[in-house]
Amino acid sequence: MISSDLTPASTPSGGGWATSKESVARLRRRRAADTRLWATGIGAVAIALGLLVTLLGSIIAASSTAWTQTSIRLDVTIPADAVDPENPFRARYSSIVDQSIYNLFPDIDTPEEQRVTRSMVSSGAQFLVRDRVVADPELIGQTFSIWVPAADPIDQLHKGVIDRDLPPNRRSVNDSQINTYDRLVADDRLRSAFNWTLFTAADSRFPELAGLKGALWGSFYLLLVTFLISFPTGIAAAIYLEEFAPKNRFTDVIEVNINNLAAVPSIIFGLLGLAVFIQIFGLPRSVPLVGGMVLSLMTLPTIIIATRSALKQVPPSIRDAALGIGASPVQTVTHHVIPLALPGILTGTIIGLAQALGETAPLLLIGMNAFITAAPDGMMSPSTALPTQIFIWFDSPERGFVARTSAAIIVLLGFLVVMNATAIFLRQRLQIKW
Amino acid sequence: MVAAQPVSTLASSTDKATEAIAGNARSVKVAARGVNLWYGDMQALFDVNIDIAANEVTSFIGASGCGKSTFLRCFNRMNDTIPICRIKGDIRLDGNDINDKSIDVVQLRARVGMVFQKPNPFPKTIYDNVAYGPRIHGLAGNKSELDEIVENSLKGAGLWEEVRDRLGQPGNGLSGGQQQRLCIARAIAVSPEVILMDEPCSALDPIATARIEELIDELREDFTIVIVTHNMQQAGRVSQRTAFFHLGKLIEFGPTEKLFTNPNQSMTQDYITGRFG
Repeated sequence: MISSDLTPASTPSGGGWATSKESVARLRRRRAADTRLWATGIGAVAIALGLLVTLLGSIIAASSTAWTQTSIRLDVTIPADAVDPENPFRARYSSIVDQSIYNLFPDIDTPEEQRVTRSMVSSGAQFLVRDRVVADPELIGQTFSIWVPAADPIDQLHKGVIDRDLPPNRRSVNDSQINTYDRLVADDRLRSAFNWTLFTAADSRFPELAGLKGALWGSFYLLLVTFLISFPTGIAAAIYLEEFAPKNRFTDVIEVNINNLAAVPSIIFGLLGLAVFIQIFGLPRSVPLVGGMVLSLMTLPTIIIATRSALKQVPPSIRDAALGIGASPVQTVTHHVIPLALPGILTGTIIGLAQALGETAPLLLIGMNAFITAAPDGMMSPSTALPTQIFIWFDSPERGFVARTSAAIIVLLGFLVVMNATAIFLRQRLQIKW
Repeated sequence: MVAAQPVSTLASSTDKATEAIAGNARSVKVAARGVNLWYGDMQALFDVNIDIAANEVTSFIGASGCGKSTFLRCFNRMNDTIPICRIKGDIRLDGNDINDKSIDVVQLRARVGMVFQKPNPFPKTIYDNVAYGPRIHGLAGNKSELDEIVENSLKGAGLWEEVRDRLGQPGNGLSGGQQQRLCIARAIAVSPEVILMDEPCSALDPIATARIEELIDELREDFTIVIVTHNMQQAGRVSQRTAFFHLGKLIEFGPTEKLFTNPNQSMTQDYITGRFG
């Protein structure tokens, strides 16, 4: 209802809005400040995104040649007298492979030139031939066709990494290798296919034979040990400290120290692992068990802190409700608090494990950067891990390892993305609304 | 229900408390004598004596911070969860000292249920909310017994007709008033003798409040109810006896009608007429 006895308030200096010089200037300054803050924020985000794109772009570009592998088709003849059908494993397969290479170039007969043609094929070719014969002894005395990996220089030449137009003293393949390469291409004996070796083989001195299988299994066992140690310990410690521990000076000291532990540089944990687990306990070097124990020390504070903050976020009213109905403190925690905190606990654990997966420094100190050519068959067999494998490959002089290092980085990043995505998914999925 | 031990034999019995129950044939359910309580160095309750009668509604009123909720939480030892809280004095439920070392707090809370200020159903189904207490106390031998307890509790809380078709849905999906009745159903599912209510309507609208008040009156038949309220009209409507607290002291305790119309203490008079509080 509009009261008729009211008149509109008189407006000073016309219009009602403050229009004095000072207030206009103040308004302009405020808008300018808003714009500056907005622009700074957008700029910061743009810089961060730009850096991320540069990083990913350079790694992906650098890895591009690692995903394919050049192979050479050989027609291998297994002389009946060269392989014992009873024991096909033991035979001089290297000379059989060499012979099949010489057969491709009947016109080349000087030992010097034969050495060049031999170097076209990876030294691992003999093992492929051997495995083929062992799997099928019928082949003894016959000739069959097989694709074997090309040696790294030929692989790089084929992919264009090595520029054939450079003067001979500035490229790592010589003219006779290029000649032989051209003859193979003309003969349709070269092909490029997806580099499965990258995932099916363990480490090797030869890039074309090197793969991540050992590192992947090593990282798997590492994370398994880390999880088995740090998940139950971390959660139990967090629940005790958050829900049951008396609040006194002693628990304050524990709390401060756990938080400090999270900030200790990881290489210190490696030193501790070396000094305690290896020197005092006498555990072997380079094994995932020791690596996992060291990484658990690092993951533990992360899990404890994440679990405690998840427990803190459970509303006290839920605890009151359960206690008020006669649930014991333990029942209150196990029936109500933990289920509600579980998404946070799992997220924290996965993020802790993702950190552990990418950790390199402590593993170097306990010898998990050794050159190991077989995938580990348990947590007590020596192995590498993904980050240390990247470190080893990065250190290798062969051209083929440059791209493979980047490929390994992409594999590692891929696992980290998957783990973090899992954490987000679990958080969304298990979240209970109240 | 008759008190196992006559109140007059309690050693710490004081004049004020005996006066409060003088000439009254009510049976005493909970008797508190000389209750002092400290939060760290701060004393929150000073020598409180009170007798809570069985099958009555007793309301605690007083200004914020006067200790009425703190005192209420002494009855089921919810203050145990506060590490810095210290209690001296004697609180007896049917003559048994509830702070005695031999008393398991879990059993005490099964006999003295509680409803909180804000509805706090578990983030579970309606059924599981009510069934939780009977489950942990082993009150039901099988599923059909449990179903019966759940049904009777929801009926007791006046919620059954509204939720009978959606027992499997989350308790948080109910309206505020329904949630609070669900909490009452959850409390009565373990068949307590006393129900403590800590400002049960302060988060509810007037209609939901009226519903809860009606319910409190019905529940009086089977339970002894102690309710803390900020709303003096509510105390007047639902309770038979009212206790007025001020700064941790019990100022006056008596029949609600008398306390609101003709209080003995001038401070009570000042409070109920709105001169402070």
